[in-house]
Amino acid sequence: MESTDPARLDNIEITEILNGIPHGCVILDKELCIIEMNSSIVLLTGFTVAEARGVRADSILRCNIGDSGKLFRKVLDTGETLSVEGNIITQDHKKKPVHFTVSPFKNDKGHTSGLFLFLEDISILHTFDDDGSGRDGVKDILGHSTKMLEMLELMPVLAHTDASVLITGETGTGKDLVAEALHETSKRSRHPFIKINCGALPESLLESELFGHVRGAFTGAVKDKPGLFRLAQNGTVFLTEIGDLPLALQVKLLSVLDDKEFFPVGGIKKEKVDVRIVAATHRDLRKLVKRGQFREDLFYRLNVLRLHLPALRERDGDIRLLLDYFLRKFNTGLNKSIQEYTGEAVEVLTAYHYPGNVRELRNIVEYAVHICQGKRIKKECLPEYVVSPQVDVEVIEKQQTIQASVVESPRDQPEHSVLVSKGWSDVEQEMIIDALKKTGGNRTKAASILGWGRTTLWRKLNRYGLH
Amino acid sequence: MKILITIKKNSVAPRFDLASEVLIALCEGQQILGKPRTILMTRPSAEDLCALIIKEGVNTVICNGIEESHLQYLVWKKMRVIDSVVGPYGEALKAAAGGFLQSGTILSGARERK
Repeated sequence: MESTDPARLDNIEITEILNGIPHGCVILDKELCIIEMNSSIVLLTGFTVAEARGVRADSILRCNIGDSGKLFRKVLDTGETLSVEGNIITQDHKKKPVHFTVSPFKNDKGHTSGLFLFLEDISILHTFDDDGSGRDGVKDILGHSTKMLEMLELMPVLAHTDASVLITGETGTGKDLVAEALHETSKRSRHPFIKINCGALPESLLESELFGHVRGAFTGAVKDKPGLFRLAQNGTVFLTEIGDLPLALQVKLLSVLDDKEFFPVGGIKKEKVDVRIVAATHRDLRKLVKRGQFREDLFYRLNVLRLHLPALRERDGDIRLLLDYFLRKFNTGLNKSIQEYTGEAVEVLTAYHYPGNVRELRNIVEYAVHICQGKRIKKECLPEYVVSPQVDVEVIEKQQTIQASVVESPRDQPEHSVLVSKGWSDVEQEMIIDALKKTGGNRTKAASILGWGRTTLWRKLNRYGLH
Repeated sequence: MKILITIKKNSVAPRFDLASEVLIALCEGQQILGKPRTILMTRPSAEDLCALIIKEGVNTVICNGIEESHLQYLVWKKMRVIDSVVGPYGEALKAAAGGFLQSGTILSGARERK
């Protein structure tokens, strides 16, 4: 055994050599237990060399490379080096992407007597995937307020059924994130998740996008095109802004929900689909039903399971949690070393009412991280509209007046309601114009200042004829 | 006290998110009550596992590697999570029932060659 155990040949020397390598190195015996490992592995796993010696490598490394035992055995048997990509769970509970190289260790007789593992951190290659897109999927749903805990408790239940889900909530509350999380935790997670914005396309285009078309169905339809419903087969279709779906398509959607089949545009053959529908809207669908803008039968069909996302101002304590979370996130993403907010900044940020909810809070923190030159985010680093609350108070008051007038007597006093609504529209138009002026006409930046998505801004610009 | 351990063969599973089997035991006054039961998951999934833990009304979760989001979720749900535990699950269960199991423990049985 002594001649086959490389670590025993000269333990101190081997440890020193391994520690000189700036990547993770581990030496295993034939039973796949650790003989030696370097300081990089100690840093990653949190286990010392003395603790890890003699323990099976998979328990110490916590990697996901298939059944690591099988992979290691294969290298032992064949004597050939293998390289695979995978990840490990570090001592600080992070999932770190790693490139593994497993090589056989041979004794002086040429027999394989152990393994050498080389672990290369490839986090940098994954940085764009994680941060560039601005969203991290399921793990991004944060909150410990009562309302959020209630919602988080309900989510696994909703994920395990196959019924339609209607997600409601104000703009920026995270409806898209929740829809994706429902899909990811459902049995359909291995199949596609397709998001369709019902308010973003004109009716004729939307029908073709959703249900596909056959060749010759209309001018320019030069070949058959599968619709998004067909592409999402066995997966989930997420219909966002469902309140904006044209009435004609509402009928077609209802038939898909009921019969699980539809005709593509211009087609004569029905297509069968098996998809789960998750819909979301920031509008009050009951009101739309009353006004005849949304089909009652479709509303009841979609409203099987309902998930209401609370507005940020209703989530006690979550503002602070999110402020810290986004500070950490942007600190890493922008290579900054800001440590905290000053007391004054926290006071301003927690007192603000966030009409754009989490999206607005995220944008405010991003702005502050960009502006801040020191180690602490001060009040001066925050956007003007957050620091000076006059405009916001006015907006809240107007919003409350509108809600009150609509709730109290929508039929008895229509003139009053219209008058107040006109006032709100004026305020909103002013806000849009101000934001566009500030950004020199850049709509993406203006939407960011307003705490809206680009689609919302585009819709509102259309509504007010501000193009 | 209800204890759940993520297991793989005879040991604590190396990873929470890849565990496909769990052991649930009831303990009272440092004693394990009855025979612990094992549940096989249909597929390894940290989310499914979290849902199971909530459904079972578990008080203490013993596991090895666990991601921050799942750890935080369980802590928010008022669970005690003892993570980075390496070694045979039987030994882990006894230590937890006795009240002396801590995060980051490598149990003596982890070095026994099978």
